[in-house]
Amino acid sequence: MSERTLYDKVWDSHTVAKLPTGQDQVFIGLHLIHEVTTPQAFDMLKERGLKVAFPERTVATVDHIIPTLIQIRPFEDAQAEEMFAALEKNVGENGIRFMHLSTGRQGIVHVIGPELGLSQPGMTIACGDSHTSTHGAVGALGFGIGTTEVAHVLATQTLALGRLKVRRINVTGGLGPGVFPKDVILRIIHDLGIKGGLGHAYEYGGAVFDKMGMEGRMTVCNMSIEGGARIGYVNPDETTLAYLAGREFAPQGEGFDKAAAYWRSVASEPDAAYDDVFGVEGESIEPMVTWGINPGHSTGISEKLPRLEDFEGEERRTAEQGYAFMGLKPGAPIAGTKIDVAFLGSCTNSRLSDLREGARILKGRKVNPRVKMLVVPGSQRVKEQAESEGLHEVFTEAGAEWRGAGCSMCLGMNADKLVGAERSISSSNRNFIGRQGSPKGRTHLGSPATVAASAVEGCLTDPRGF
Amino acid sequence: MGEAKRAVIRQVKGKAIPLPGDDIDTDRITPARFLKAVTFAGIEAALFCDERENMPDHPVDNPAHKGAKLMFVGKNFGSGSSRESAPQAIQRFGIQALVGVSFADIFAGNSFAIGMPLAAASPENAARLIARAQRHPQTQFVLDLEKLTVSFGGESLPVEMLEDRRKSFLAGTWDMLANLEANLPRVREVAAGLPYVSGFSS
Repeated sequence: MSERTLYDKVWDSHTVAKLPTGQDQVFIGLHLIHEVTTPQAFDMLKERGLKVAFPERTVATVDHIIPTLIQIRPFEDAQAEEMFAALEKNVGENGIRFMHLSTGRQGIVHVIGPELGLSQPGMTIACGDSHTSTHGAVGALGFGIGTTEVAHVLATQTLALGRLKVRRINVTGGLGPGVFPKDVILRIIHDLGIKGGLGHAYEYGGAVFDKMGMEGRMTVCNMSIEGGARIGYVNPDETTLAYLAGREFAPQGEGFDKAAAYWRSVASEPDAAYDDVFGVEGESIEPMVTWGINPGHSTGISEKLPRLEDFEGEERRTAEQGYAFMGLKPGAPIAGTKIDVAFLGSCTNSRLSDLREGARILKGRKVNPRVKMLVVPGSQRVKEQAESEGLHEVFTEAGAEWRGAGCSMCLGMNADKLVGAERSISSSNRNFIGRQGSPKGRTHLGSPATVAASAVEGCLTDPRGF
Repeated sequence: MGEAKRAVIRQVKGKAIPLPGDDIDTDRITPARFLKAVTFAGIEAALFCDERENMPDHPVDNPAHKGAKLMFVGKNFGSGSSRESAPQAIQRFGIQALVGVSFADIFAGNSFAIGMPLAAASPENAARLIARAQRHPQTQFVLDLEKLTVSFGGESLPVEMLEDRRKSFLAGTWDMLANLEANLPRVREVAAGLPYVSGFSS
């Protein structure tokens, strides 16, 4: 039951056929690829003697394995070099546009899609990466797929999919000072649980989203998958249109006006039906930080850690495991927990507004000498813009490292990793065991403001004091 | 047209590896540092490697479960990253089907795409299966896709599967590429009808 929602409209307009076994065959308007989840897919095509059906609808970048310190080829890491070379070869042989390091457009796939105007309202967008939900911020249906499915898209520009249910999530009122989109999505995941979104697409709306900028919407949609929802989106509105105007791959001139009319038309109707509706009051959200081993293990920064009695069954076991792994105690305050590393970056929070917020806090202050802080812009464009505003100087003067664009310390596939049992405050999206590259590394997720404030104090810190 | 891998899957029979716990994410199944490869060959060596290192009696290493064809899991198995290396590693390790309370959506799609059925059991029944495989590791279980049951030693528990996927396994048409390709003319029609594909020119 999701009639007249954006989800239904876009799904229907992209449905090619009902497959004999019952799935819908769905056309993919934009296929984004990167070096990690594609080499095997290109091999599958070769094995079957197939060609890329719509090469102009696939765009490639390199992000996961890219070193952020020295980006000169060949890379020091032979495996990274091999993956980069494989992507280069595959896109070359198949006539796929590649946002190579030399183009000035390289960056994390979920940063460059919207930034270049590739991701547009009313599209279906797939990528071999779970955070493809990010692109829902522009009013598209973006979702992550696996490598065999990447091969399906390359060969046919379609996927065999089942329909999801649609849950409307209203965040009403307004956000207090020092509270950011990252806190909104951490709170939603806290309330609905990391399994709450299984089988669902999340439609975000309400006054908080009406007022939220595009980059903030990207942060929220990005982490839909952490709540179990493969898709998250915000209906396109005037903010969306203003964001897309003038972007390199967005329609220009008369084409833009036609596009704008189409984009407006795909938004959910006022009388749309939803499978269910959930609400959060914006004023009740405070800066959030995770304490455990999944993104649902979170608390307000001023609160005490939840008691084990607050959990039931398996959730209690996971919470116990979380406390043991993180070296924390139920009932203790989370603020003041000492950290070793602060990471500002990732497809969740590495855009200009994120860097500006980090810089606002760090200006005229110093990163605590015990703390190593990395600031990693999400794309070459973001880096260029940040540098034109002098943000890089603010970061380096504060004692943080300013790096080149890439996924960096989000996931331990490049040189940026936690070491041993180091504890980080990170603006990324996953606090899973081992996620930041060390099997014993401990991750706390928070907003860019919380990362910067904590870096200054050397411990988890409420950014509202800054 | 590509050559489809056609294999009818009606039953999976064998011993089972019990893997209790909810929210086992794909970073735990195959840590990201093992994804730096251009092939899936050998990815089974990464299967749960970090936790196996710290846990000498990990179920995956327990000799009693050697040769298992099934894996029993909890809720939301395979959450997080979309990496296909996770189901690939499980399958290449020798597991042919999973039974659990629930599975993350992307993991489920990937498992289907590579021909590995996932069946959902109630929390109570999933716990019973896990307990049985723990206490009696030699038990031969049978996941039957036609009857939608897991049976062992005279007992039979109901499971659920997404109907379209179940039909695909029973018909041997789970390799979707040939199905998708067959409709390429229709794909081009749908594409031509989408205003953004024509650059909003008409």
